[in-house]
Amino acid sequence: MKLRIYALAYLLFLYAPIILLPLFAFNDGTIIAFPLSGFTTNWFAELTENKALHAAVRNSLFIALMTAIFSTLLGMCAARAGAMANFPGKRGIIGFVMLPLVLPEIIVAVSLLVILRQVLGVNLSNWTIIAAHVLICTPFCIAILNGAFQNLDPSMEEAALDLGESRWSAFRLVTLPLVMPGIISSMLIAFTISLDEFIIAFFLTGTNPTMPVYIWGLLRFPASLPVVMALGTLLVALSIILLTIAELLRRRGIKRAGGTDKGGFL
Amino acid sequence: MAARLSAEQKRGIGLVAAPFSYAIMLLAVPLLAIVLFSFWTQDFMDVDTTFTLNNYREIVEKPIYFSLLQRSLYVSLCVTLVTVVLAYPVAYFVSFKVHPSRKSLWLFLITIPFWTSYLIRVFLWKVILGYNGVINSGLINLGIIEEPLTFILYNVNAVIITLAHAFAPFAILPIFVALEKIDRSLLEAAQDLGESKLMTFLRVTLPLSMPGLVAAVLIVFIPTIGDYVTPELMGGAGGKLIANMIQVQFLQLNNAPLGAAIAIVAMLSVTAISLLFVFLNRRWLRGRS
Repeated sequence: MKLRIYALAYLLFLYAPIILLPLFAFNDGTIIAFPLSGFTTNWFAELTENKALHAAVRNSLFIALMTAIFSTLLGMCAARAGAMANFPGKRGIIGFVMLPLVLPEIIVAVSLLVILRQVLGVNLSNWTIIAAHVLICTPFCIAILNGAFQNLDPSMEEAALDLGESRWSAFRLVTLPLVMPGIISSMLIAFTISLDEFIIAFFLTGTNPTMPVYIWGLLRFPASLPVVMALGTLLVALSIILLTIAELLRRRGIKRAGGTDKGGFL
Repeated sequence: MAARLSAEQKRGIGLVAAPFSYAIMLLAVPLLAIVLFSFWTQDFMDVDTTFTLNNYREIVEKPIYFSLLQRSLYVSLCVTLVTVVLAYPVAYFVSFKVHPSRKSLWLFLITIPFWTSYLIRVFLWKVILGYNGVINSGLINLGIIEEPLTFILYNVNAVIITLAHAFAPFAILPIFVALEKIDRSLLEAAQDLGESKLMTFLRVTLPLSMPGLVAAVLIVFIPTIGDYVTPELMGGAGGKLIANMIQVQFLQLNNAPLGAAIAIVAMLSVTAISLLFVFLNRRWLRGRS
């Protein structure tokens, strides 16, 4: 019982900032502090008029979509290879691909900045951010897709092969539908991570800032803070919706593949 | 049979080749590049590619780098300690006390804040801890304090609180996974043999969950050294960390070679401490793979 109270208090600690967000987003005052002064939807209205913000949001959505597609494709390759028979160096190779999960993001950011700008002379653009985001999202995709691929019964695909299907069509007709929920879940997670990522994007952003980079700029100006709160409220709502869909699909995927849910994205 | 197995092995290697070569190109090669860069020097707009240890010499000789590194390691260690100690009971609760059908709901609730609006979350801690913040106005209204507390914003404490919040799920999940693996009949056996609940925990549960605890420590300790958002927003003048210095060297002073050298020194320090920690815990990790 004591543990339950502690766990609930801990959840409150985790959610404290998120609970405050809508309070200030609808607060009719320019200072982000208590006491609250009144109800307004002005800050949300201001969001609709800000052209620079719209451009940043469009950039981020494009980057997040591309990241979701490419990191999920790479994640599928790794997760499927991981579920197959052992080959020499398997653990080391998968371990290396998972490395960005524990590497400090600033290390990834500066090393990519050096290689892209100073060595290759590439101009920074949305694609440089996409390249970096694919690198850091792939481990998360692998973790989710592992759940889908590892519980799969290999005899099902073998049956399709025995019945005369080619390897590709056996994969497409038998395995793919079974792991589809996992794939969509993985794409949603990669999308959410990329949309929210700031540390790497700040280093690799070109002339067009992403949404977090734009928000970072706004945080310096006290006058723009209420608008940031309104934007944050929308973003939190959006990520909770995306993550809930991802979680439901992840569970369905594991169930469909005949496994038991061990819980958690990581 | 042997021939067929090797065909499958080949397909496995073929599949893993794509993510592996991607990681080689965008992770291994860039990491090698910054190592190389750290031995070069910045000469106005160009990089002088003669081999030199000058960057490392500067880091050793100027006390600012050492004190920043020291403070960063101190912050990372505090964050790790706070995060893991606070997280363990939660992981224990979810693994042992929550009904199996509701475990994934709990884990989901724990991970949600971790995925949402990192920047704005950090900023809101400023609102919570600030001079007119939630904590101060709350305590004043309750009559507990008369003057706002000032030791909780724009210093190292604020950085530690905010980072401990940001990394909480990272600590809970590995501990939870390790606790889930524990065979529950071992606990019954311990109690049948007359151990108290506390002794059962200390002599059975805790040692068996050590691999998760070690993983949690590493997964919090290593990435925290690379965060520059939290010290920038929460740290004030005295709370800047090594990552802020790396960022300044790369993006403001345009001295990529020195920035690279600082990044490498920071990385090596973190790696050395992590390896030492794993070595000290080898007795718990051995024979449990």
